[in-house]
Amino acid sequence: MAEASQKIPVTVLTGYLGAGKTTLLNRILSENHGKKYAVIVNEFGEIGIDNDLIIGADEEVFEMNNGCVCCTVRGDLVRIMDGLMKRKGKFDAIIVETTGLADPAPVAQTFFVDEDVQKNARLDAVVTVADAKWLSDRLKDAPEAKNQIAFADVIVLNKTDLVSKAELAEVEARIRGINPYAKLHRTERCQVGISDVLERGAFDLDRILEIEPDFLEAGDGHDHDHDHHHGHDHDHHHQDHGHGLKHYHDEDMQSLSLRSDKPLDPTKFMPWLQNLVATEGQKILRSKGILAFTGDDDRYVFQGVHMMLEGDHQRKWKDGEKRESRVVFIGRELPEQAIRDGFEQCITT
Amino acid sequence: MKEFDPGEAPSSIVSITDRVKPLPLGAAVGSVHFLGDRAFFVGAEESVAIATADGEITRTETHFGAILCAVSDGKRLVTGGDDGKLIAIDAKGETSVIATDAKRRWIDNVALHGDGTVAWSAGKTAFVRNPKGEEKTFEVPSTVGGLAFAPKGLRLAIAHYNGVTLWFPNMAANPEFLEWAGSHLAVSFSPDNKFLVTAMHEAAMHGWRLADNRHMRMSGYPGRVRSMSWSAGGKGLATSGADTVIVWPFTSKDGPMGKEPAMLAPMPARVAVVACHPKNDIMAVGYADGTVLMVRLEDGAEILVRRNAGTAVSALGWNAKGTLLAFGTEDGDAGIVEM
Repeated sequence: MAEASQKIPVTVLTGYLGAGKTTLLNRILSENHGKKYAVIVNEFGEIGIDNDLIIGADEEVFEMNNGCVCCTVRGDLVRIMDGLMKRKGKFDAIIVETTGLADPAPVAQTFFVDEDVQKNARLDAVVTVADAKWLSDRLKDAPEAKNQIAFADVIVLNKTDLVSKAELAEVEARIRGINPYAKLHRTERCQVGISDVLERGAFDLDRILEIEPDFLEAGDGHDHDHDHHHGHDHDHHHQDHGHGLKHYHDEDMQSLSLRSDKPLDPTKFMPWLQNLVATEGQKILRSKGILAFTGDDDRYVFQGVHMMLEGDHQRKWKDGEKRESRVVFIGRELPEQAIRDGFEQCITT
Repeated sequence: MKEFDPGEAPSSIVSITDRVKPLPLGAAVGSVHFLGDRAFFVGAEESVAIATADGEITRTETHFGAILCAVSDGKRLVTGGDDGKLIAIDAKGETSVIATDAKRRWIDNVALHGDGTVAWSAGKTAFVRNPKGEEKTFEVPSTVGGLAFAPKGLRLAIAHYNGVTLWFPNMAANPEFLEWAGSHLAVSFSPDNKFLVTAMHEAAMHGWRLADNRHMRMSGYPGRVRSMSWSAGGKGLATSGADTVIVWPFTSKDGPMGKEPAMLAPMPARVAVVACHPKNDIMAVGYADGTVLMVRLEDGAEILVRRNAGTAVSALGWNAKGTLLAFGTEDGDAGIVEM
């Protein structure tokens, strides 16, 4: 996994029309960070930073020829990545901006499927910019907006100055009803620290350390420094929790969390997981897990996008560390009971 | 439909590594082409290095950015860049700008016709310009993956998603569309004009017999086919993408249909580039571990040209007479050898 760090990180920037993607992009590019970015955009013109490489894309989504309908990739990205690799060393990271109506999955899958792309670049995180004023409405009438929230590793909840405290609590609760795991930042005019959106390592198997819901940090809207000590943060917010968030359950997009103190049987779990994503992969947008297997002193981690999975032994379980397996699915109309039952069957008795 | 099963067979080997003139270019090589007896190494970005068989190197600046495609007819070299420019370089090393994309889009592909007509593409648009300077354009439904002129007549194959469009720039007739699901990248006509093949985004080749558009699926590759080369007289098509060179037979009227490909020069590394000799039944093969071999097509006999070292071989080329072979690598090492 050492080589992962030499691969160029790729951040996917999504967000519904008007949420503030371009504002965030311009903010990233104009800040004095000493880094150079290659930015893949759909519309030229709105971004004008001389120092960076700006590439126009066509957002061509192709089905892979493998009979799997959700194995779609961005064909134009494969081509652009090929070309960009000729300029390796001229930029530090890549940002892919999608159109407001785009599904982030084909972009993410491009980095799983294509051998050449995978050799040179790694997906860092999916960052979704959401409009605090309009998101609640869009979640009702725009499936694309819901997809973008469900898929996100980082959510920049923008334009918080345009809503009341109650409205803000409402929209956050709706976001959490869909995706409790993404890091959420409340912003005005996308004022968010660059380190909060770039170099997140959200797809890095080595960094799937924490798949706890992000509720507890979510209220921390004015503190963009996430290097602070987590223990303190948790304590602080537990005090607030009594008069905290409303709990929404989104009708068609949910997250499902599974947990076991007893070790899992790898000969049962792996076939079950593979079968699950093969049969329900269209509904499952993202999956992640940290697993404790019977007779295995290593932590096993996996992550997936729709039907694509990758996993590896991560490290030894530490002395005194609780050997607990945790699996998270985010998806549409997940067959919750069937998944829970299936998972139970994998627990070593 | 044909599938093959890559095997392996180690062997002892004759070496001509001491006859190679080393050319330390110091910049990644994208491709190499001979104009006369000088090798033109097209860099991954910005410049072309011109080398003689004696090892003398001069450099010509071409693009302000990455060089995305290059083609040569032996008389000139034409390159397209991410600066939106299409540039010609003659045998003396003089450059001229053929075209500049109005929107400064990337020039992704380029092809040359024997009569001097040049074709290129930016996004979904294919352009053709004849020697008189008359330009025509054609739009395909998705980004152009590859371009190739037919050996006879003025007919341009445009590879794209879900197939290949055959366009006759000088005729009013509707373009012909050869359909096959998937993303088609590099495209090439067989020298006898009977077959058209594409390297796909998937690890497979596809082909059509042009007389009746019958499909030929050529699969089994562990990796994407990034390099293909017709052997002398078009008897076989040598391809990269596996740990051996996969050579599909094209001697019969059915092409490779129902036949096994030859699997030559197995190595513990992936074949990265292939270049068949212009006259004899031998080919040069470059591997991902830096090895360069010459391989006889008939029996797979091998001669070592370069030992495995450093990064992948990214370029191979013969001069027209077949007396000089040049290679280049991703980390800017190169060499030239006289046969």
